[in-house]
Amino acid sequence: MPAKYVIHTKMVPHRFEPITRSGVIAWEEGCLKCAVCVKTLCIYHVYDHRGLNAYQMIDSIDNECMNCFRCVQSCPKELIHKSLNPEFEAIGDGYWIPNIISKLWYQAETGKIPVSGAGYPGPFSGPGFDSMWTDMSEIVRPTRDGIHGREYISTGVDIGRKPTCLTFSRDGKLEGEVTGIINIPLPIMLRVPSFGSIAPETVKGWAMAAKRLATMLAVSEEMVGPDLEDFAGTLVPIVKERPFQEVGISGKHAMVEVDRATAEAASREDIARAGSSVIPVVTMPLEKGIEERAFALVKKGFSVLHIEGSRQSTFQDSPSLFLKDGVRAVHLKLIEENARDQVTLLASGGLAMAEHVAKVIICGADAVYVDFPLLVALECRMCRRCRKGLSCPVHVEEASPEWVALRTINLLGAWHNQLLEVMGAMGIRDARRLRGEAGRAMFFEDLDESTFGSLGELEEGYELE
Amino acid sequence: MNLNNTSDFIYPEVVETPSRFRNPIGKYRLHRTDDCIACGKCVELCPYGVHVMRRGMVFVEHPYRCVGPDCADPCYEACPENALSLKRNRDFDALGDFRWTADLLTSTWHMAEFGQVPSAGLEYRIGDSGGGFDKLRLVLPKAEKSSVAEDTSQEPDMSLELNRRGDDAHGIRIPVPFYGGGMSFGSVSIHTMLSRVRAATALGTFCCTGEGGYPDELIPYDDHIITQVATGLFGVREETIQRVKIVEFKYAQGAKPGLGGHLLGDKVTPSVARMREAVVGYPLFSPFPFHSVYSVEDHKKHVDWIKAMNPKALVSVKVSTPTDVDMVAVGSYYAGAHIIHLDGSYGGTGAAPDIAKKNIAMPIEYALPKVHRFLEEEGVRDKITVIASGGIRTPHDIAKTIALGADGVCIGTADLVALECVRCHNCESGRGCARGIATTDPELMEQVSVDWGTQRIVNMYLAWIRELARILKRLNMKSIRELVGRTDCLVHLDYMKKKIRQDNRTG
Repeated sequence: MPAKYVIHTKMVPHRFEPITRSGVIAWEEGCLKCAVCVKTLCIYHVYDHRGLNAYQMIDSIDNECMNCFRCVQSCPKELIHKSLNPEFEAIGDGYWIPNIISKLWYQAETGKIPVSGAGYPGPFSGPGFDSMWTDMSEIVRPTRDGIHGREYISTGVDIGRKPTCLTFSRDGKLEGEVTGIINIPLPIMLRVPSFGSIAPETVKGWAMAAKRLATMLAVSEEMVGPDLEDFAGTLVPIVKERPFQEVGISGKHAMVEVDRATAEAASREDIARAGSSVIPVVTMPLEKGIEERAFALVKKGFSVLHIEGSRQSTFQDSPSLFLKDGVRAVHLKLIEENARDQVTLLASGGLAMAEHVAKVIICGADAVYVDFPLLVALECRMCRRCRKGLSCPVHVEEASPEWVALRTINLLGAWHNQLLEVMGAMGIRDARRLRGEAGRAMFFEDLDESTFGSLGELEEGYELE
Repeated sequence: MNLNNTSDFIYPEVVETPSRFRNPIGKYRLHRTDDCIACGKCVELCPYGVHVMRRGMVFVEHPYRCVGPDCADPCYEACPENALSLKRNRDFDALGDFRWTADLLTSTWHMAEFGQVPSAGLEYRIGDSGGGFDKLRLVLPKAEKSSVAEDTSQEPDMSLELNRRGDDAHGIRIPVPFYGGGMSFGSVSIHTMLSRVRAATALGTFCCTGEGGYPDELIPYDDHIITQVATGLFGVREETIQRVKIVEFKYAQGAKPGLGGHLLGDKVTPSVARMREAVVGYPLFSPFPFHSVYSVEDHKKHVDWIKAMNPKALVSVKVSTPTDVDMVAVGSYYAGAHIIHLDGSYGGTGAAPDIAKKNIAMPIEYALPKVHRFLEEEGVRDKITVIASGGIRTPHDIAKTIALGADGVCIGTADLVALECVRCHNCESGRGCARGIATTDPELMEQVSVDWGTQRIVNMYLAWIRELARILKRLNMKSIRELVGRTDCLVHLDYMKKKIRQDNRTG
């Protein structure tokens, strides 16, 4: 058994006060100066710790308040109120909602799993990954032993061409070498986001994190400068607009990423030649008909395909189709063609929460790339000012590489633990076995209509309540 | 009390029990300017008692009772001096979430205060989760105007027989189709626990101890207590098993399916540690799953173990909702269980990872019809009581749950809301609940008195029963048993729309 993979996290404080969902409004006018003011009774002592961050113009009370409403409900002059914060609502967009972003901040700061009391407060279901539930084992299939002292759950996966069989000599020795496989201890690779206020120091921080986590970082070729020299084995350079023959000749990198057009133009000989020194990854935009094109590339000799969905986790050419469906289609096509086990499928696009990793693997991916959560871990608010050439409100570019690395490790530490929770509940002890286990998931489209579809009759003389 | 005859069960009285806070939160605020001449018109008009005249002055004494634009005769329009203005309360908008909206929280507080559903101003029937219960509607014959209000026909029978196996165990018929779900001593205070248990006793029903021992304070209510045997076996002793009429096995809980229980170290106070035979300040894990159960046969061994200790006890099996929940249910029946209790993921007080609450196991609305159908096909549906729980918030949720195939429901969070929980989701942190409900901190728990808490929960239950009775009368049903599995009494808005659209196209 391999050594237990543990991601060590520690508190890494934010540089800017996070934006909170609601704020405290406490008036002074009309105050009775009660002998015992309700503010002194706060069990979290938020009024004692109160301070103004003059740079951000944020009252620290809003970050300390735990929303118990006791002061609101007890002040004899009703001078204290809670109000929703419009700035919070304005964070992100319809997909990267404020709640996701603030939970990512929390995980990057603490390295902890978000935990709360009082049941699930959210919507019944939603589009994409929100229309999936994962299974748990009730009485049969238990494999684990509580949060502490659980049985070992491996999250390791293999990237590369897996041999369909091994051959042994008469004396039991393995014949030939198994090459071209990289094992990473968690099914998550990092990827520099397509926008952001990103400095070379930021990329260096992510590379440091990737190296310490023993995973990979995909980064566009032009960003690979001399200060990343030490991280060559960790980097996956993304090569653009160069013929395939020139790819990966340097021999410095274990993996190199090319786009679909380059891959489709490559000859079988070139692919075979490149395969002896580097693992080529083909990035395919998630578009309709991707399963056919994916299989064509596999037939040609490629064995690592990266399915790249939109930032909202949809098809790039159809916002009503989702990454989970695209990955399932490719996965099933490769099974049908008897080629699935030789291929590694990577998925990316809108993977914003730990649950998305588990779910896209259940849909058929072997591993994922995370991109924008790496930026949000650095306090990014997804405001996109940087895309217009405007300054970053949280100056991501000024963060030190060490801080970037620690925040990233915290985030992935929290995600790793959440992946263990999901797999543990399912009774699955190996991430390789989670792949394609759609039978251990439940889908809105399968369940909702079959449960409620027949409940549609409203006859004359009846009304709804 | 004769538990086998509930037709003459006498419900307790509603006693008006206001909020324990000075400023109850309502949806609206009324502002009165100095133009007020204290003519008393608003006092006279308002049927809700918002305004009060005192020493020649008029005050907005109970602004939280104002129903706003729903008011038939609004004071702010009738005021001769235009001294009154209506505003929405900002505090109200900062409350609640998708499942327990601010409307549901405040209407539950209304029920806990007055013992009846709010007559206007608040949506007290559904939340805003956008699916499941919140998209299901009851289909009722159109009401003749005022006929319901005057309907004096016999009250429908709400009772529920819990032992349907007809074996040698207790025959227990509870007068209402619900009982209190498990909340352990440790996760909630002894005051909260006693309030729930005493309310259950007043209603002739039951309340579960949860996994955390059987505090001595509960002994006077033994006949109304379900004790839980869960994976950590905290506080389980032969004596506690023998003390009760119903024993519940907790295999999993909906709030954290597949993850077991977790009491953070801060909540392990000396009294909790004593009860659980553990060390003060150390977190307690109730492991998942039962390590002695790997099959239905092992499960039967468990049930037999309880039956050996207490042969008359009913055995309830609490499970959450995996893909094979139907197999688990039928397996539980063959293992000898009297009650199969399906726990969905919307409930729970304790600490649970957000990822588990949101994603693991299927919504109770899907699991229930699946189990009901499967038990029917197996020919054993009449022999086992199906209880659903995990997010039953309103009387309408109860009616929908029963129509989807349950015999009755288990209540948890709603009890806490009756005690003025605001759903801040911090039950697990630090000293626990700031409002003194889900805490064992000796200072904080003093905020809830047992008498106040009991009456608040009783009031809420009575409001629910009245509302359920009204629904059953509208459905022309004499007993709540007639509603079980009657999915024809439900429509789902998404699919109903489709149907109407199709009809339009063809017509």
